[in-house]
Amino acid sequence: MSIWFKHVSYTYQAGTPLATAALTDVSLRVPDHGYLAIIGHTGSGKSTLIQQLNALLKPTSGELVIDDFTITPQTTNADLKPLRRHVGMVFQFPESQLFEETIQKDIAFGPQNFGMAPADAAALAIEMLDLVGLDESYAQRSPFELSGGQMRRVAIAGVLAMHPQILILDEPTAGLDPQGRQEMMTLFDRLHREQGLTIVLVTHQMEDVATYAEQVAVMRQGKLVKSGTPQEIFADPAWLQANQLAVPRAAQFAQELTQRGFSWPAGLPLTADALAAQLAAQWPQRGDRHV
Amino acid sequence: MSKFIFGRYLPLSSVVHRLDPRNKLLLSFCYIILVFLANSWVSYLILIAMTLGAIWASKIRLGFFLRGIRPLIWLIIFTVILQLLFSPTGGHVYWHWAFINITQFGVINAGYIFIRFLLIIMMSTLLTLSTQPLDIATGLASLMKPLRWVKVPVDTLAMMLSIALRFVPTLMDEAQKIMNAQRARGVDFGEGGLIKQAKSLIPLMVPLFMSAFNRAEDLSTAMEARGYQDSEHRSQYRILTWQRRDTVTWLIFGVGLILILISRRW
Repeated sequence: MSIWFKHVSYTYQAGTPLATAALTDVSLRVPDHGYLAIIGHTGSGKSTLIQQLNALLKPTSGELVIDDFTITPQTTNADLKPLRRHVGMVFQFPESQLFEETIQKDIAFGPQNFGMAPADAAALAIEMLDLVGLDESYAQRSPFELSGGQMRRVAIAGVLAMHPQILILDEPTAGLDPQGRQEMMTLFDRLHREQGLTIVLVTHQMEDVATYAEQVAVMRQGKLVKSGTPQEIFADPAWLQANQLAVPRAAQFAQELTQRGFSWPAGLPLTADALAAQLAAQWPQRGDRHV
Repeated sequence: MSKFIFGRYLPLSSVVHRLDPRNKLLLSFCYIILVFLANSWVSYLILIAMTLGAIWASKIRLGFFLRGIRPLIWLIIFTVILQLLFSPTGGHVYWHWAFINITQFGVINAGYIFIRFLLIIMMSTLLTLSTQPLDIATGLASLMKPLRWVKVPVDTLAMMLSIALRFVPTLMDEAQKIMNAQRARGVDFGEGGLIKQAKSLIPLMVPLFMSAFNRAEDLSTAMEARGYQDSEHRSQYRILTWQRRDTVTWLIFGVGLILILISRRW
C-alpha cells in the first residue's frame, strides 16, 4: 500500500520529430501515509512526474503501482475512474478549474461525478467549505465574484470533497499571500496527520519542504538525482547550489553559525523552531565557555 | 490531437524555411490555382514533381507529411467515392444500378480529385510547417496593405491576427490543463452519447471563456500601460525583405506554369 515508481520513463509526442523525453528511468517509493516533496529546477519534469500519479499521462515505459492499481503503458482509460477518485490532484493555479453557478455546486461536482447523490454531495460541499476556512454564506455565491485566494480555497475544497487517499499538490501556494500560504500548508499537514493522507507536494518553497515533508525527491532534466529525508538533502548546500536549488533559511543560518564554531549534535536544524530549540539547549553552556 | 500536424510549425533550417513569408503565402495561393488548372495526367505529374521538390527542399521527411495527412484521409475518400458514384454519364459505363453510374469519366474525375486534395493539403501543410505563425501574420498584414484604400482597418486586423496567433498555443495549453483538472475530478471527455459528451464540455468551456476574458482584460491594460493608443502610425520591428531565393522560386513556378499550360487538355 504505497506509491511505487518502477523505472518509469515518459516521452512527449513519442514517435514524432517533436519527441521530447520528460522522464527517464525514475524509480521511487513513497510509503503509506507518507509526505513526499518533489523539488527541482523549472522544467525538470516534476509536473510530468505527478501527472503519472493519476494516469493523466501514462508511462511510455516502466510501471507505476499505487495501492491496488497498476499503471503500465498498456493501461486503458476505461479502468482509471476509481484511481482518479483515490488520487486527488490539485493543479497549479487550480482556481482556473471553477465553472459552476454557485460555489456549493462546484465543490459537489467531483463527488457527483463519482456517483454520490446530489443531496449528499451538497451537504458535503458545505462541510468542505468549512474545512478550507470559508463560512456557509459563501455556498450560494458565484465562484467568479471571489478573490484569487478564496477561489483557490474553493478549488481545493472541490478536490478534497472526493475524499482522496492520496493528495497531489502542484505548487498549491504559488501566488498566495504569506498568511494564505501558511493556512493552506497547515491544512494539508493536518489532513496528513489526522486523516492519514499520503501527500505529494511539488514546490519551490524550501521552507515548506523543511517544515512538512518526510521525504524529498530532487529532479533534474527528467531524472531523479537524489532522494532522502530533508536532513539528508539539505545537508549538502554546495550540491544544492550546483542544482540551482536553495537551502531553507534556518539551515543556511545554522550553517553560517557552524562556521563561527557552533555544532549541532541533534543534526542540522532545518526550521526556525528546530534551530531555536537547539540554540536554547546550548544556551546554559555558554557562560562556561567564556566566548 | 498530437497526430494532427496541419497548422504546426517545425523548426528546421532550410531554404524553404528562410523564404519570405509573403512569398510563401502568394506562392501557395497561386499553386492552388495551378492545381485546378491542371487536367491531364502529364500536368499532374509535373505538379507532383513540383510538390515533392518543395518538400525535399524543406528537409522535412516525406513520411512525416503522409502521417499528417492520415487524419484527413476519410474526408478525401468520402469525396472521391461521391465523385465516383454520382458523376454525370460520359465515356464507357462500367457498372450501372438505379441512379448510380460508375463511368470512365467518373473514375478519371475521382482520380483527379484525390490528387488535388492530396497536393493542396501537402502544400499548405508545408507552408505552416516551414513558417512561424507570427511570420504568417506579418506576411498576411503586409499583403493586405492595398486594402487600406477601400477603408479596411488593415493595421487593426493585423494586430488582432498576431495576438490571436500568439495566444493559440497558450489557450491550447490552458485548455489541456483545465481538461486534466476536470478529468481528475471525474469528468469523462469524449465518452457516452452525444448529449453526455456535449454536457461534459461545459466544465471545459466555461473556465476557458472566463480565462480568455481575464486574459484580454490584463493584456489590454498592459498594452495601454506601454503606450499603445491605436493601430495607426506604428513603426515596424519585423521588416520583411525579398531576396534572390524568393525570385528564384517564382522562376521555378513560372516554368511549372508554362509546362502545365502546354500539357493541359484545352
